[in-house]
Amino acid sequence: MTVEGRVSVVDDGRDRFPVGMRVLAVDDDPTCLKVLESLLLRCDYHVTTTGQAATALRMLRENKDRFDLVISDVHMPDMDGFKLLELVGLEMDLPVIMLSANGETQTVMKGITHGACDYLLKPVRLEQLKTIWQHVVRRNTKTRGNDNDDAGQKVQNGDGENGGANRNKRQSRRDENGDDGDDSDENSNENADASSQKKPRVVWSVELHRKFVAAVNQLGIDKAVPKKILDLMNVENITRENVASHLQKYRLYLKRMSMDASRQANLVAALGGRNPAYGNMNSLDVFRHYNNAYGRYPPVPTTTHSQSNNLVARMNSPSAFGMHGLLSSQPLQHGHAQTNMGTSLNDLGVNNGNMIRAAQMPTMVTGTSCNSFTNISNGAPLAPANRSVQPLESSNRQHLGQIHLSSTDSFSSFVGESHHFPDLGRTSNTWQTAVPSNIQELGHNGSMSQATLHVNGPRNPVSSFTSASNQIPTLGNGLQSQVASLASNPLPVTFNQDASPFTYGSSTNSREVLNGNLAFSNSGINTSLPNLRIDNPIVPRHTLDGSNAGDVPSLQDGRIDQQAVGNQLHYNNDLVATSRLQRGLSGSLDDIVVDMFRPDSGNGGSFIDADWGLV
Amino acid sequence: MDYSNLRRQAASMKRGLFDQGYLDEQFRQVEDLQDEASPNFVEEVVVLFFKDSAKLMSNLEQALEKYPRDFNRWDAYMQQLKGSCSSIGASRMKIECLSFRDNCGQGNVEGCMGSLQKLKREHALLRQKLESYFQLLRQAGPAGAATRPVM
Repeated sequence: MTVEGRVSVVDDGRDRFPVGMRVLAVDDDPTCLKVLESLLLRCDYHVTTTGQAATALRMLRENKDRFDLVISDVHMPDMDGFKLLELVGLEMDLPVIMLSANGETQTVMKGITHGACDYLLKPVRLEQLKTIWQHVVRRNTKTRGNDNDDAGQKVQNGDGENGGANRNKRQSRRDENGDDGDDSDENSNENADASSQKKPRVVWSVELHRKFVAAVNQLGIDKAVPKKILDLMNVENITRENVASHLQKYRLYLKRMSMDASRQANLVAALGGRNPAYGNMNSLDVFRHYNNAYGRYPPVPTTTHSQSNNLVARMNSPSAFGMHGLLSSQPLQHGHAQTNMGTSLNDLGVNNGNMIRAAQMPTMVTGTSCNSFTNISNGAPLAPANRSVQPLESSNRQHLGQIHLSSTDSFSSFVGESHHFPDLGRTSNTWQTAVPSNIQELGHNGSMSQATLHVNGPRNPVSSFTSASNQIPTLGNGLQSQVASLASNPLPVTFNQDASPFTYGSSTNSREVLNGNLAFSNSGINTSLPNLRIDNPIVPRHTLDGSNAGDVPSLQDGRIDQQAVGNQLHYNNDLVATSRLQRGLSGSLDDIVVDMFRPDSGNGGSFIDADWGLV
Repeated sequence: MDYSNLRRQAASMKRGLFDQGYLDEQFRQVEDLQDEASPNFVEEVVVLFFKDSAKLMSNLEQALEKYPRDFNRWDAYMQQLKGSCSSIGASRMKIECLSFRDNCGQGNVEGCMGSLQKLKREHALLRQKLESYFQLLRQAGPAGAATRPVM
C-alpha cells in the first residue's frame, strides 16, 4: 500500500475537497437540525450536529482541527449565537455561517459584524449549502499569507471599526505592512513549504494566545503591528497574516468588552455603585454564562463594583470592620477564581480564559475594582488570610470588605492586595485603620495592581504575572482599563494574569505604569496604613517586571491620600468597568483596551499615558 | 393488494395538501432528502416537528399567561416556531406564526391570543392529515413507503 493510498483514506476524502468537508451544525431546533444535517450529507460533507452551543464549543475546543466549518443558529437558549460566533472566530479561527429564521437587516448586520462569513435564512435550500465550502477555501487562502495587502486591509478594517482613534494606527500599520511585505513573503514561503497544499489552520492555543497578548502588551496597543508581534512571539509556523487576522479579532473583542464595560460603568455610576445586584448583573451574568458554558469557573459575583464603592466609603470609617467579613469573602473568591481562572483560562483558550479572568477579577477586586485583582492575584495569599473569605461566593459583593481584611497574616502579604480592597483594610485588624485610606487609593491603582501583585506575593508574583498576562490578554486589558479607571491610576493591573492581575509584566509600558502605581499604592499604603506593612517584599510590583524587585518605588504616600477620595470614585467607575468586563467577556478586546486608555478623571492620567500597551 | 392504487391515493392526498396550502415547496425538499440510506426520513422529520412544535406552543401559551404583554419574549418563542414550520414546509402554520408576530409588533394581546389558537388548530389539522398520509403510504406497501412517494 502506498503512502498516498493511505493518506487519502486517512483524510476522509478531504483531499477531494469539498467532499468530506467537516461541518459542525448547531441548532436547538431539532426539526431544523435534522433537515440541515440531511441537506449537508446530501452535499457530501461530513456532518456533526448538536443542539447546544455549549456542546459545540466543547467539541471545538477539544480538537480544534476537527472541523472545517461551523453552521450555527442565531437564537439558542443556552448561548447567544452571536457569542458563539465570536468565540469560535477568536479561538479557532473557523469560518462560521449563521442560520436564522429571522431575516431582518439588523440581525443579519449583527451577524456579519460579529464575524460571520455568511448568513442564511431558514429554510435553507440545498443549493445554498452546496457552495458554503467557499468560505473554508477563502479563509485558508488568506491565512496562507498570500495577501499581505489583504492582511493590511483587514487590519485597517479592524481599526476602522474602532473608530477614528485608530486612524493613526491604521496609517502606521499600512506602512508597517509595506515593511512587512518582505518578511511576510518569507514567512509565507516557509509556511507554504511546511504545509504543502492545504495550509493547516493556525490554532490559537492558550499558550500561543498568551504570547500574542504579551507581545501586544509589550508593544503597546498603538504600536502593536503584526510583524512586531510576530517577532516578539518568536513562534514558528505562524505568519504575519495569521497574527494580523488574530489581532483584528482581538481588537474587536476588546472593543466589545470595553463597550460593555462602559455600559456597566454607567450603570454602576447611576446606581451609585452601591448596588450589589448590579455587580452581579452584568459581569456576573456574563461571567456565569461563560462559566456555565465553559464549566470552568465558578461564577464570580461581579457585584464587587457596587460593593466596592460602598466598601471604600466604609473602609474609611471605623465601621469597616464589618467589612472585613465582606472583604475576606472577596479575596477568597478571587483566590479561587484565580486558581480556576488559571486553569480554566488554559482550557478555555486564550480568549475565553482571559475574558473570564477578567471578569472574575473585576468582581473581586472591585471592592474597589481591585477586588478582582486581589482575588485573582491573591489567590494564594487570600486563602490563608481570609478565613472569612469562605463566604466569598455570597459576599462577592462585599468583596472588598471581605478581602482578607480579616486576616492579618495575609494582610501583610496582601498589603499590596489590600489596596485593592478598600474594604480589606477594614477587615483585618491592622488594616482596619490603615488600609481604608490606602485601599481606596490603592484600590484604584495600587490595589489593582497591588492586589494583583500581591497575589503573586505568596507565590511568585512575577512569574504568575507574566504568565498570566498572556493568558488574559483581554482581561488584562479590560480589567486594566477597569482598574485604571477605578484607581484612576494607570495601574495596569492585569487581570489576565492567573494570579497576578498584572499583566503589566509583559508590557514594558504597563510596567512603568504599574510600578508607578504600585509604588503609589504601596507607598500609599505604607503611609496611610501603618499597620499594613506594606513593605511586604512581596509587593507585586516587582513581579510585574518579573525581576524588578527592587525597583518598586515606595509609594508616594502623598498620592494615596489624595487618591483616597478619587479612588472611591474610581472604584465606582472601575467597578462598573470590571463588571462590564466580566460581562463583556465576550465583548471585544478592543473595548478593554479602549477602556484602559480612557483617561481617568482622577489619577488615572498617568495610567493612560503610561501606555499599558496591554493590547 | 393494489399497491399502485394505494400509492395513487397517497399521491392524490399529498397533492391536495399542497393545493390547500397546508404544505409548500419546502416539503418537497425534505422529501428529496429521503433515500435508501434514510428510507423513513420524511416521516421521522414530521414526527419530530409535531412533537417539538407542540412543546413550543405549550411554552408559548404559558408565557402568554406568565409574562403578560411581554411581546419580545412572545415574539422570540414564535420565531423559533416559525423556523421549524418553514423547515418542513408547514405553510398554513407558518402563516399563523407570522400573524402572531404581527400582533406582537402591534402590541395586540387579543390578536396574539387569537393567532395562537388558530395556530394550534392548524397544527392539529396538519398532523391529522399527514398521519393519514403516512399511514396510506405504509399500506401502499414497503416498496411504496420506502421509495420516494409517487407524485
